[in-house]
Amino acid sequence: MSVSSPSLPKPEGKRRAGPRWTHWHAIWVAAVLAFVLLWLFGKPFAGWAFKYPRGEQLPFRRLIGEFMKWLVDEASFGLFSFTELTRFIAAVIDFPYRIALSLLSTGFLQGQGSDAVQILPPVSWIAVIAMFTMLGFYAGGRRLALVVGLCFGFLALFGQWNNAMITLASILIAVPLGVVGGLVLGIAGYRWPMFAVFLKPVLDLMQTVPVFAYLVPILFLFGFGPTAAVVATIIYALPPMTRISMLALGQVPGEVHDLGRMVGCTSRQMTWRVLVPSAMHGLMVGVNQVIMLALNMVIIASMIGAGGLGFEVLAALRRLDIGKGLEAGLAIVALAIALDRLSQALARRAQKHEHKTAANAGFVARNPYTSASVALIVFTGIVGLAIPALQTYPEAWQVSTGTFWGEVVRWINVNFFDQLEAVKNALLLNVMIPFKRFLLGLPWLGVTGLLLLTGYSLGGLRLGLLVATLAYLIAATGQWEKAMITVYLCGISVILACILGFPIAILTAERARLWNWVQVIIDTLQTLPSFVYLMPAVMLFRVGDFTATIAVVAYAVAPAIRYTAHGLRHVDPQLIEAGTAAGCTPWQLLTKIKLKLALPEIILGINQTIMLALSMLVITALVGTRDLGQEVYIALTKADTGRGLVAGISVAFIAIIADRLISAGADRLRARLGLKH
Amino acid sequence: MLKFTFLRSLAVAALAAAGLALAPLPASAEVESKDPIKLTLHDWTGQLITTRIMGEVLKQAGYNVEYVQADYIAQFAGLESGDLHIAMEMWETTGKDAMEASLQTGKTVDLGETGMDAKEEWWYPTYMKEKCPGLPNWEALKDEKCAEAFSTAETAPKGRYLGGPVTWGGFDDERVEALDLPFEVIHAGTDAALFAELESAYQRKAPIMLWVYAPHWAVAKYEGEWVEFPEYTDACYKDPAWGGNPDMAYDCGKPFGWIKKVGWKGGEDKWPGAYKAIRNFTIKNDEMSQLIVNVDLDGQKLEDVVAAWVKANADRWKAWLN
Repeated sequence: MSVSSPSLPKPEGKRRAGPRWTHWHAIWVAAVLAFVLLWLFGKPFAGWAFKYPRGEQLPFRRLIGEFMKWLVDEASFGLFSFTELTRFIAAVIDFPYRIALSLLSTGFLQGQGSDAVQILPPVSWIAVIAMFTMLGFYAGGRRLALVVGLCFGFLALFGQWNNAMITLASILIAVPLGVVGGLVLGIAGYRWPMFAVFLKPVLDLMQTVPVFAYLVPILFLFGFGPTAAVVATIIYALPPMTRISMLALGQVPGEVHDLGRMVGCTSRQMTWRVLVPSAMHGLMVGVNQVIMLALNMVIIASMIGAGGLGFEVLAALRRLDIGKGLEAGLAIVALAIALDRLSQALARRAQKHEHKTAANAGFVARNPYTSASVALIVFTGIVGLAIPALQTYPEAWQVSTGTFWGEVVRWINVNFFDQLEAVKNALLLNVMIPFKRFLLGLPWLGVTGLLLLTGYSLGGLRLGLLVATLAYLIAATGQWEKAMITVYLCGISVILACILGFPIAILTAERARLWNWVQVIIDTLQTLPSFVYLMPAVMLFRVGDFTATIAVVAYAVAPAIRYTAHGLRHVDPQLIEAGTAAGCTPWQLLTKIKLKLALPEIILGINQTIMLALSMLVITALVGTRDLGQEVYIALTKADTGRGLVAGISVAFIAIIADRLISAGADRLRARLGLKH
Repeated sequence: MLKFTFLRSLAVAALAAAGLALAPLPASAEVESKDPIKLTLHDWTGQLITTRIMGEVLKQAGYNVEYVQADYIAQFAGLESGDLHIAMEMWETTGKDAMEASLQTGKTVDLGETGMDAKEEWWYPTYMKEKCPGLPNWEALKDEKCAEAFSTAETAPKGRYLGGPVTWGGFDDERVEALDLPFEVIHAGTDAALFAELESAYQRKAPIMLWVYAPHWAVAKYEGEWVEFPEYTDACYKDPAWGGNPDMAYDCGKPFGWIKKVGWKGGEDKWPGAYKAIRNFTIKNDEMSQLIVNVDLDGQKLEDVVAAWVKANADRWKAWLN
């Protein structure tokens, strides 16, 4: 999701000496004046500056469509075609996936389809829970064991076990592949700077082009089924791993390099024995991101044959069974929390390198956890043949919230709809619709010009040309109007997310207990499929932009809170002490010292909020918005790959423009505050 | 002995896991191929029932059947490449474009209609008749008071009509213009959103006019009626002169839509018998509606409902096979 992840080094710009301010003021005033004149009076004689002429549109839509068709149908390397290559890759991924699925869900089967006979049952639910709990204990002690045990217990208790295991199987394949693939790309990017230059825009596209835009080609290339879902998941979840690897490797201290050279490491040993272990802490942040993003894809993966929890969420909400949808959604959150906390604890443990047990002890003594797991699997597997409850969690023990949540929504709906409607209408009629009209009325030419100037003044000519070109391409492919609706929806949502998020962060950042709760809530918001709260939102606010905004804000508020709190907590305590000593009131302390010093982090948080808001576009299309997300969705239903990709890439362009401008702005700010090294 | 069979299972599992496909079990009946026929499952109950009935019938005939969860539109990629084989419900309104694009590649084949007709039209809950006594006749909607009863702050004084997702087509914007109805068309983004709004309005007994289709559980759950527009004819959509508005087409109601079966072309040669049975499959609207109600509203298990149907209708499906 992050186009530029948390603490990437900004390109260490060789900034020209700052231009003189009087000079710049004049340019800006002239530019804004020209813009306003064009906007207000230009329409009669320069209509083309408002609506890009259809005849002049660049034929990317057709070209991309034809290219994808060629790639799928004809592209060939002589001995084998491109499709054969991708199908081979699919088969390679499919093999471990089948094993994981057999172990966790279906058992080992002989034969196919309805003729299949189970010859070995899957690992029993008791053994799976016990194994993960022991892993929790091994990695993080009693507390973590409890958390992990509760998360997996939740899956069984609420009748989500089998679906959850199907989802877990694909996650267990996608995450290691994403981590290893991301690491290898990251190392390559670190060692060959030229490669990194090429890699960065590719990573941006991977994260911001909505999956629906390239879903159909993926299905042709990798086959319809769980494998294609795994591939789509990897495409989406890998980029943060690559970015963080490049960053973490770059931050390994020079002394470590020297040491490696002194002991005579070859370049391969240097990479794998010296650099990677030294950067382990940073790398684990990447692993965590891969897990989170992979779980984000569960819904979309279920649409292309992965089944599991995502499918359960979709089917429940089509029946308007809000409770069942929420239970399935929370099961995804439970998996995310368990896997995330486990991976973090394992990373901490790996850094300590404990080896207490004597090497001459027996196998069981040396590997108590492995031994216990094997014993449990075999025991519950055999006894489970006689007592099925040990093998499969019995239906009679399942609980469900039933109609409870449906009734809650009903109660709110019946009693408070009018009040909610009044708030909605006030906001919609006074803020949202005027803002939308304003944006839609702007000339593309003027906006492109202003972007050029903004880019130039923030980061030099190259940045200016980049953002202007991207904006021009959006207009020239006929996407301008939809892009503006996109900017309007995301803009409003980002502002609301900041208004909500900043005070929460300021109030809770330094209160550890409160912060723990906030963290659980924002983790939940980020992994709970938005479909779960989108349908109740439709019931209370009808379809339309307002409901879409709620969904976007709910998802995008997390980084606004997270990064702000992070920034506030890492302000140099000495400076705060100095402030207190100088007699600052708490308010002055906050506004004059803390917020100022945390500004770069806050800006990064805004950047991430924008990225997340953009990534929600495809979901908002489901409640009837008319933005680029809808365009991607329509293209999918019309099987028009070219149209979908053009719209999808436009989304990516908006993301890149916002990211580059904000990064450049943050860079300048950091320099001005003297935080830059 | 127990130990021996266990070890043997272990060995077999290891072999299977190593990707060495073992010879399939002997067939229970003579069929052309024992490879599994893959039928796609989507996320609405009616389609699950249709597909499971077909699957169970094919199993009875000795075919090997596998159900695969797939997205309604994205599945065409799988049907064309032969990763998937049969899609049992392709609705004219929602899937026609994707289906025609796919048929043109020559890799998929139209397996005929299911016998069900999709009824799609403007629909309102019965309690709205109090505010709009002239309903279900469409001309009642031309009354401004009636239209205003259906309005919201955004559309007032016009009535609000919640249409299907843009992708469904349906020509409602044109219909409103041609019939000169004081209504504004708002498009829901998905099927789920459409019915979420209906549920919400119904709970509050609030005004709502929206696109409802059948067979669907909503028609059984909520009391309401379809608006009666001038009856659809082909001429109405094509010839502006037809109907009440001499200058515009679409001055009539919506046609009944077909629901078709689609399959992977290659399957025709591989399982000719099965494809024949699929072509012969038919079921009536009423019958299907009852099955949907059994599952969605009475809370019966889908598998049980399907099994009961298969048991009760042996003569019918045996005829499909021959």
